[in-house]
Amino acid sequence: MDKSSEASKNSNTLIWGIIFIIGAILLVWSMSTSRTGQVWVTPEQHAFTAGADGKYSATDTPSSEDIAWVTYNVVPDSELTQEVIDSGSATLSWSRTIGLWLAAIFTLFILSFLVGDNPAYKFAEAMVVGTSAGYVMVIGIWDVFVPLLLGKLAPGFVQTAFLPGMDASAGTQLLYIIPAILIIMLLFQLMPSGGWISRWPIAFFIGITAGYRMIGYVEADLVAQIKAAIVPLWVTGENGFVFWPSFNAVILTVATLSAMIYFFFSVEHKGLLGKTARVGIWFLMITFGASFGYTVMGRIALLAARLEFLFGDWLHFIPSS
Amino acid sequence: MKRTVPLIIAIVAGFVLLIANFIPFAEDWGLTAQEWFNILAVGAMILGGGNLVKLHLMKISGQRKGWGYSVVTIGCFVGTLIFGLFKIGVHPNEIYPNVGWSGYYLEGGSGLWWIYQHMIVPLTSMMFAMLAFYVATAAFRAFRAKNTEATLLLVTAGVVLLGQTYAGVWLFEGWLPESMQWLRFDHLTEWVMNIPNTGGTRAITIGIALGVVATSLRILLGVDRSYLGQD
Repeated sequence: MDKSSEASKNSNTLIWGIIFIIGAILLVWSMSTSRTGQVWVTPEQHAFTAGADGKYSATDTPSSEDIAWVTYNVVPDSELTQEVIDSGSATLSWSRTIGLWLAAIFTLFILSFLVGDNPAYKFAEAMVVGTSAGYVMVIGIWDVFVPLLLGKLAPGFVQTAFLPGMDASAGTQLLYIIPAILIIMLLFQLMPSGGWISRWPIAFFIGITAGYRMIGYVEADLVAQIKAAIVPLWVTGENGFVFWPSFNAVILTVATLSAMIYFFFSVEHKGLLGKTARVGIWFLMITFGASFGYTVMGRIALLAARLEFLFGDWLHFIPSS
Repeated sequence: MKRTVPLIIAIVAGFVLLIANFIPFAEDWGLTAQEWFNILAVGAMILGGGNLVKLHLMKISGQRKGWGYSVVTIGCFVGTLIFGLFKIGVHPNEIYPNVGWSGYYLEGGSGLWWIYQHMIVPLTSMMFAMLAFYVATAAFRAFRAKNTEATLLLVTAGVVLLGQTYAGVWLFEGWLPESMQWLRFDHLTEWVMNIPNTGGTRAITIGIALGVVATSLRILLGVDRSYLGQD
């Protein structure tokens, strides 16, 4: 490492060191003057009693035979006064408080990538991969696998155990053994040999996707967009011709047609076709510029929300959301 | 067996869905096929999860560089699965309080909700938010008004960016005559989004739709067999 890069690294470390010390001081100051990073909750009792018909209804005076549990509602900062705490109606929620701190720490871990790749960022990245994969799988199993597969193969069991509101009158539908078998065949992909067996379910996927997408795109994109593009270029109102709507309609039509001509690669872009394609590129550039502007603003809005979380919900420097 | 059967499966499955759109009595076939598709998609998720665990376990057993992060990944994956699948912390549905597992798996206060709220949301939203820095710095380095096309992109991006902020209104406050108010960035943004942007997006959408139709037809007619692999 040469001297200049070493000096740059040292100054970077110094700057970040100072930022962390200032941050720690602010955190200690905030904790000593407010309820920084604390989540307070109030309990809510839920109790249900069985009627003569076996159906349950809510009750305010539960007995030992009734089914009851407690849920907790977060007390907003604006309502969390010393009187509320002293009265004992609000309690500190340790699970949510720890969660709030972890969320803040993980946010800072990701933010630390601005300094460069580092162990904190890699740790957070590994957590994203693990939790996201698990989360998606849980959603798939509870939303699709249980009602659509188990619910068809063992409707009685699923109705009794998981989905009491499910209609099980159709009985067992043996046809649904096929997707169950296809799933098992799909898992052969994990085997060292016999991976070709997974081609059957993959082929099913591809076939369904091709058929489904073809109809979907023709209906929603091709036909609908062409239909929307056919607009009157000469717009009239109560007093006859109206300039601006007509102008806009012309621009819209020219933009659509010229941009489509740009995508027409079967003929060389020369002469009139080439000039039209050039105009098409201009409109496409405007489209990309607009998309870029929107994307950047979307990301900045996300960043603002995270900063609001850090400075509001966690540090209480600003009113929390 | 290895290539012909999958080819037939793909063609039949695709045509069943196509037919279901045109023949009323075949409508149920299409719905069933879509249900099977959704079920198989969950199977693919399970396969993905299995693959994730397999790859990271291999990394851990080989003690390859960064294997500690693989432990974190597997730990988080298994933890999320346990909390979600066993509905830890989930209360029964209030209509069926006697059925213990009838509650919503993402109920407020439950284990999976805790993971989602305090781990997945902050981590993923901050990751996306970070792109704001990188997109902005990349744009600063790459955007140069070298020619007409680049200038159009640059100006449009600037107008749309400012048009969505208070600055887009504030810059023109007090001095712009009423007849020229359309020049305000927020008004220009609206026009750009509604007219030229709609035209360009429409052309791209139509192009994509034509591409999807062509690719789908190639698969359904057995012309494109790339999904069958090599052997």
